[in-house]
Amino acid sequence: MHATTAEASLQQIRADVNRRKILDQVFVIVGMLIMFSALLVLVILFLDLVREGAPRLNWDFLTSFPSRKAERAGILSAWVGTSLIMLTTATVSMPIGVAAAIYLEEYAPKNWMTAIIEINVTNLAGVPSIIYGLLALGLFVYQFNLGQSIAAAGLTLSLLILPIVIVATRESLRAVPRAIREAAYALGATRWEVTAHHVLPYSTGGILTGMIIGLSRAIGETAPLITIGALSFIAFLPESPFKGEFPFFSFAWLKEAYTAMPIQMFNWVSRPDPAFQVNAAAAGAILLGMTLLMNGVAIYVRYRFRKRINW
Amino acid sequence: MTELVAVSPTGTPAGLKFRKARDRFIEAGLLLAALVAVFTTLAIVIVLVVESLPFFRVVSIVDFLTDTMWIPLFAEPRYGILPLVAGTLVTTLVALAVAIPAGTIIAIYLSEFAPYKLRETIKPALELLGAVPTVVYGYFALMIVTPFLQKLIPGLPGFNMLSAGLVIGIMIIPYVASVSEDAMRAVPNFMREGSYAMGATRFQTATRVVVPGALSGIAAAYILGISRAVGETMVVAIAAGLQPNLTWDPTEPAATITAFIVQVSLGDLPHDSIGYQSIFAAGLVLMLMTLVFNIAGFSLTRKFRETY
Repeated sequence: MHATTAEASLQQIRADVNRRKILDQVFVIVGMLIMFSALLVLVILFLDLVREGAPRLNWDFLTSFPSRKAERAGILSAWVGTSLIMLTTATVSMPIGVAAAIYLEEYAPKNWMTAIIEINVTNLAGVPSIIYGLLALGLFVYQFNLGQSIAAAGLTLSLLILPIVIVATRESLRAVPRAIREAAYALGATRWEVTAHHVLPYSTGGILTGMIIGLSRAIGETAPLITIGALSFIAFLPESPFKGEFPFFSFAWLKEAYTAMPIQMFNWVSRPDPAFQVNAAAAGAILLGMTLLMNGVAIYVRYRFRKRINW
Repeated sequence: MTELVAVSPTGTPAGLKFRKARDRFIEAGLLLAALVAVFTTLAIVIVLVVESLPFFRVVSIVDFLTDTMWIPLFAEPRYGILPLVAGTLVTTLVALAVAIPAGTIIAIYLSEFAPYKLRETIKPALELLGAVPTVVYGYFALMIVTPFLQKLIPGLPGFNMLSAGLVIGIMIIPYVASVSEDAMRAVPNFMREGSYAMGATRFQTATRVVVPGALSGIAAAYILGISRAVGETMVVAIAAGLQPNLTWDPTEPAATITAFIVQVSLGDLPHDSIGYQSIFAAGLVLMLMTLVFNIAGFSLTRKFRETY
């Protein structure tokens, strides 16, 4: 009698354990399934863009201006605009972002002002991008009278990616061991010398990674550019930043009107004529390709630098 | 006694006084750069409030918050923000219905089940999902997801909130998954070991020990996802239609706050027209909504915070 109850409960426990083990395996399968279907979306999306846009993915597409005829329209002004905007964004956001990160990580005392700056950086990362567009519309376009210029677009996107650059830079500064700093201080270096000669060189990889990730975010941003009035039909190129004679460069392009890759794609995607959807797909394939490439480079840079440094 | 002169690595002798002065100068510059973040926040608040003041001089706040019609460009305009808020909430809810379960399951899988190598490969790949330009996601929703849904739901309009919401959901999966996973991995191993020692399986440990322990971080991840979904613009502007429509039915077309801002920006209304000023009022509401979610998230995070 006693033995059989023990037997029965033992069997029950075994059944229970088995059930739980099966549950474990079911979860592994469900988890992998969801994860890979999420990744599959990315693959399908890219392949579909390439397939749909294939008829337009050629040299003509890259070297033609927008046109009312879908089969003659191209993205010349769009990619030139995007390149110049990215140049402006990188030039503005890199020094400010890195300097802010250095301040917060290496200099900032623990006081209320530092706390306020930190809270602001965190919050700005969560502000919707279209709000940056409204800010830029009120500030850059109307107050500073920059109008619909490359400068306004570049400044807008700089503010947008600033939190990304700051956070990434801080992380890579934090990864430099204290001992490096202390060794430099022990030799009489000032705080700036410690930072500039020792900490910064070690964190270059992380800073570069953050910068590339930030720019890859900026390159696809559409909403803020629409808000500050990016045009979608630009049939001329801004003045070249490079000049044949001294001083070999010019900044006239900063004040010129522009269009950008995502703006051009949005313009095509919102037209009812299906011929323009082919253009939209082609532009999307190139835009997505660029974004993925930049992210790939960022991952590679991070990996390389991590491998090279042995503390 | 001779004075000690430090030589900088560039070889130029630099007096201590000069080096200290230079340090103070540089520190001030760095502080200024850090303050850009504060100025940006202030500028956002000031621009939104100042630019929407003329709007609120014409439209009373009560009408703005209670009127059920948003037709600012009509001959007899009405400015009730409710339809836009409803559109925003519906697309956000659809997005969360995708992103929260999927993101949480992926996070649990990656943190508790996946082998190290797989995790290190999959995480950056997943983050690519969040890096796709939103205009490309808009194309995806309009040209791929909507036709597919139309096969499942006959009579689904070409523009609808369901398709836009689903795509936003996919877009924010990496945000939810990545932040939750970080939170779960921060749960110390001895807690897992304690659970295993009691005979719990991995799944039991994950759901009853790790997830409760990481709840504050997971809440933060959800809030991040919500903010992204509320502020998402291009997907809804392309795939959900631009007609303000007070409805809770995701299969209908509707405009969100963000889509409305895009719509007005695309037109050529003069800067001093009320239709134009209404986008700043709409932006103010959007900002307040994100703020409310963030404050809620912050207090949730504090409530659930576990210290080890």
